[in-house]
Amino acid sequence: MLTWLGYFKRFGMNFLRGAGVTLELTAMGLAIGFVLGLLLALARCYGPKWLRATAAAYIAVFRGTPLLVQLFIIYYGLPELGIAFSQTTAAYLALGLNSAAYQAEYLRGSINAIGDAQMQAGRSIGLSKWQTICHIILPQALRLALPSWSNEPISLLKTTAIVFLIAVQDLMAEGKRAATATFDFVGIYLAVAVVYLVMVFLLDALLKFLERKTKIPGMELETRR
Amino acid sequence: MPKPILTIKNLTKTYGKNVIFQNLDLTVNEGNTIVIIGPSGTGKSTLLRCINLLTRPNSGQIWLDDLEITAKGTDEDQVRQHIGMVFQNFLLFNHLTALGNVKLGLTKVKHMSEEAATQKAMHELSRVGLADRANHYPGQLSGGQQQRVGIARALAMDPRVMLFDEPTSALDPELIGEVLEVMRQLALEGMTMLVVTHEMGFAREVADRIVFMEKGYIVEEGSPDEMFNHPKFDRTREFLWKITELYGKKEKEAK
Ligand SMILES: Nc1ncnc2c1ncn2[C@@H]1O[C@H](COP(=O)(O)OP(=O)(O)O)[C@@H](O)[C@H]1O
Ligand SMILES: [Mg+2]
Repeated sequence: MLTWLGYFKRFGMNFLRGAGVTLELTAMGLAIGFVLGLLLALARCYGPKWLRATAAAYIAVFRGTPLLVQLFIIYYGLPELGIAFSQTTAAYLALGLNSAAYQAEYLRGSINAIGDAQMQAGRSIGLSKWQTICHIILPQALRLALPSWSNEPISLLKTTAIVFLIAVQDLMAEGKRAATATFDFVGIYLAVAVVYLVMVFLLDALLKFLERKTKIPGMELETRR
Repeated sequence: MPKPILTIKNLTKTYGKNVIFQNLDLTVNEGNTIVIIGPSGTGKSTLLRCINLLTRPNSGQIWLDDLEITAKGTDEDQVRQHIGMVFQNFLLFNHLTALGNVKLGLTKVKHMSEEAATQKAMHELSRVGLADRANHYPGQLSGGQQQRVGIARALAMDPRVMLFDEPTSALDPELIGEVLEVMRQLALEGMTMLVVTHEMGFAREVADRIVFMEKGYIVEEGSPDEMFNHPKFDRTREFLWKITELYGKKEKEAK
């Protein structure tokens, strides 16, 4: 037990650095995924036919294939076409493009739940379609999506672990290095698991806080009806 | 000579093969309150939605004052500002307070300053008796209060005409009165209104004309006295009798 706790002292700085990279990957993946996911959801809900179909196809492809395959195509495949990225950029892209597909689905669901009636109400006072989307549909849809959308950051944080396969120096990579140095695979990976667990716990608390902060009094009653 | 605010000529609306109404004519004069009655599924809501261009009629024309709003190239958003709409299910913006609901059109459509918009919105909320509820969210208001906010939201745009689509039929009986009272007040102030409702007391008292619509046709229209006391058609008499009976009962139950 003491040796095990000693790992945190011995590799603490490495783990911390790795955890920082893991958080960066999560944040970038989430941000890229959110922006693109939002555009995809809007395209699916309000776009012309061809755009709806394109967005649907994108979502189907990125949800229907392993993230690891996507990562390898971006990092090893695209350079053959003359598009090369650094390891970190490739990781950001793969995580973001993949997460976008999932986030789009969360958002699309809640946009549909807010429904056409709110659109009519917005248009009835002279707002344009785009204004209604920005000022009326999205503020409600984003709040409605928040509880289920919160799965995405958590799941993304854990998923980032695969990027050590293209040698991004995240927490997992640091763990692997420590494991090879000590040959104590169980002990080291348990320590790594604890660090992931702490991050997930903190992230979860942050999301719960966000949910409380953005809550509209009486609104859940309204949407449940 | 009364001045027409809303003129509808030869209006036809179909959904696929389903003809909702055909060659419908209707005129609403300035300051008048027109009540439309008729069985459910007759096309009353569709007619109101056509008037403020929430859905496009297949043919026919609608004028708002002298402007043909069904003409090609009309700026729909511009037109809708001038036509207030009150919905059966209130359809308030649930993420905004009562004040926010009334203010939104003022800041985003009329581009008023924050301060001026707040002042105007508060004025509209007092008109419907809800100044003290300005900072409540829709989920914290009763149905009757929500509908009054809905009316204030439409009024804030200073519309030429107000459309009401069964504004009280989603309300508990004891909350109907406060909404009808606001509408009665509006009529007294000279607002031009087109109201779909089954509240016969309101129709009898406030309407300048009652229009009876059935299966997409205007069967008969006339003053409340003509419609209630000497209707030309048996269908009108039957429907009015049925509706008075039905809603009269509901009112009694409420007591
Ligand atoms: N968006 C729509 N698409 C297809 N049919 C519709 C649509 N809206 C209304 N209808 C049909 O039009 C008819 C008239 O509906 P509505 O105008 O709501 O009648 P009312 O308000 O008099 O009860 C109904 O048969 C209804 O099913
Ligand atoms: Mg209706």
